[in-house]
Amino acid sequence: MEITKKQVARIADLARLELKEEKVEKFALQFSDIIGYMDKMNSLDTTGVEPLFTPWAGTSVTRRDQAAKHYERADLLANAPIQDGQYFIVPKIL
Amino acid sequence: MKNITQKSLLEISRLLQDRQVRVMEVVQACLERIEETEPKINALLHLDRESSLSRALAMDKSGPDPDKPLWGVPITIKDVICTKNLPTTCGSKILENFRPCYEATLVKKLKNAGAIIMGKNNMDEFAMGSSTENSAFKTTRNPWNLEHVPGGSSGGSAAGVAAGQCFASIGTDTGGSIRQPAAFCGITGLKPTYGRVSRFGLVAFGSSLDQAGPMTRTVGDCALLMNVISGHDPLDSTSWPGPVPDFPAAVSKRRDLKGLRIGLPRQYWEEGLSPETLERCENAVSLARDAGAAVVQVEMPHTQFGIAAYYIIAMAEASSNLARYDGVKYGFRDNSSADLLEMYRKTRSRALGEEVQRRIMIGTYVLSAGYYDAYYKKAAQIRRLIQQDYLRAFDSCDLVCAPVTPSTAFKIGENIHDPLQMYLTDIFTTSLNLAGMPGLTIPVGLGKDTGLPVGIQFIAPAFEEAVVLQAGQVLEKALPGLGTPKALS
Repeated sequence: MEITKKQVARIADLARLELKEEKVEKFALQFSDIIGYMDKMNSLDTTGVEPLFTPWAGTSVTRRDQAAKHYERADLLANAPIQDGQYFIVPKIL
Repeated sequence: MKNITQKSLLEISRLLQDRQVRVMEVVQACLERIEETEPKINALLHLDRESSLSRALAMDKSGPDPDKPLWGVPITIKDVICTKNLPTTCGSKILENFRPCYEATLVKKLKNAGAIIMGKNNMDEFAMGSSTENSAFKTTRNPWNLEHVPGGSSGGSAAGVAAGQCFASIGTDTGGSIRQPAAFCGITGLKPTYGRVSRFGLVAFGSSLDQAGPMTRTVGDCALLMNVISGHDPLDSTSWPGPVPDFPAAVSKRRDLKGLRIGLPRQYWEEGLSPETLERCENAVSLARDAGAAVVQVEMPHTQFGIAAYYIIAMAEASSNLARYDGVKYGFRDNSSADLLEMYRKTRSRALGEEVQRRIMIGTYVLSAGYYDAYYKKAAQIRRLIQQDYLRAFDSCDLVCAPVTPSTAFKIGENIHDPLQMYLTDIFTTSLNLAGMPGLTIPVGLGKDTGLPVGIQFIAPAFEEAVVLQAGQVLEKALPGLGTPKALS
């Protein structure tokens, strides 16, 4: 299956990536190659096969919804590129 | 004491407990070995020299603790596993200055068992790769031939353990990232059953595939580390609440392979193996037969779809997991952007490497409207069929045995410009992660053409790591060791 440059640009937008023109071109060729290889799955009839999303059943477990303090605010903020001691600071949204 | 860094973890731990060697001597021997070998192999991203030395000093003062099985033993950790107050970069520019404020559960367990965490190992960025060439910081080299890759993504761990920089490393395996580099560097590596080891603090790549596990120089060392790092963790709801067997005790119970049925999947052995790989692996199988195993052929009819299904699932999960790198809470941020959306885009484009971008994008594509059923759901259906292949195989055998890779370590630069070619080298390792089962790699000799290590893997049903460790140890004893890696002797 061929992946066009237009499709690559659209995927980049969805993935919040900004690609230079030469990279869009390169990725279009590589993605066509890779997705083309994945298309070999179509030769197998999987009608009625239950998808397996995780190896073991019983991995959806619940716990009590209790508040607990695991970390100090200052420690959680310490790795942020910009913060004011209270919050993460981001560029203007509106 | 001489040749400290050539000893196994079990040997050094016994010597430390008996006070025949001081912790300081052991740590200094490792530091010297690192100084000597690191310029050649680039296995480490971070070395914690000062606190390793001060820890050694304090431990020598307080004396051995028989309840701590790793007391005074220097080990290293792949840089995708969180270590409190130590850098954890995942081999990525986007986390260059990240220092977690918490410890991965497995690191906590290692420390509680007395281990000294000396440093963090190089890796493919976010564990995406099969050669460690995708690290944003350095290219690790194979200790057997510096022109060749150590494998990946746990290439720094494998090269460091093979070189004797430490007594073990903890790697992670999403599609072969413990087993393939272990095979390429001539060491032992175990990918535990999905759920056996807590993933809390393991930076996520493919959450339904990722498992951390030991990389060591002997099977016995692997078994001991499994005792330390295994078990249920309330902080990881996918960790298994079942009992953890005493792995070293299980291993020491077996001296031969009598009564064990080893299944060889026809599809793995039939084609595509380099002659030297086939020769070494067949020799290992015949030694297993000599040790009493019954060798049978088994069928894995969906093998040919493994790579396609694996990469779709892994990339889909990666695209979702890596959405968190947005320049807000940690890591790199592009400061030139005027608004939030532009900041996201510029941050991610500037600080994520090309292979990571490629996988995020293909993952985004296969999950996007109109393609989900054709790719993601289809891959998940094939995943079910592959798991059933294994379960059916285990009706007629106790463990499955296969080569780890079609050939020995390839050259640096050989596959890096062709991503699909690189993915195809994972042909024998990815299906195990899809099925969630445990797999152990041990070295079975040097290839007669390349002189590089060849590995074999044993695969068991879920939570039966003890069986692969038993088989691995019997075979390890039947084989001559590989000795010191050639490029370092």
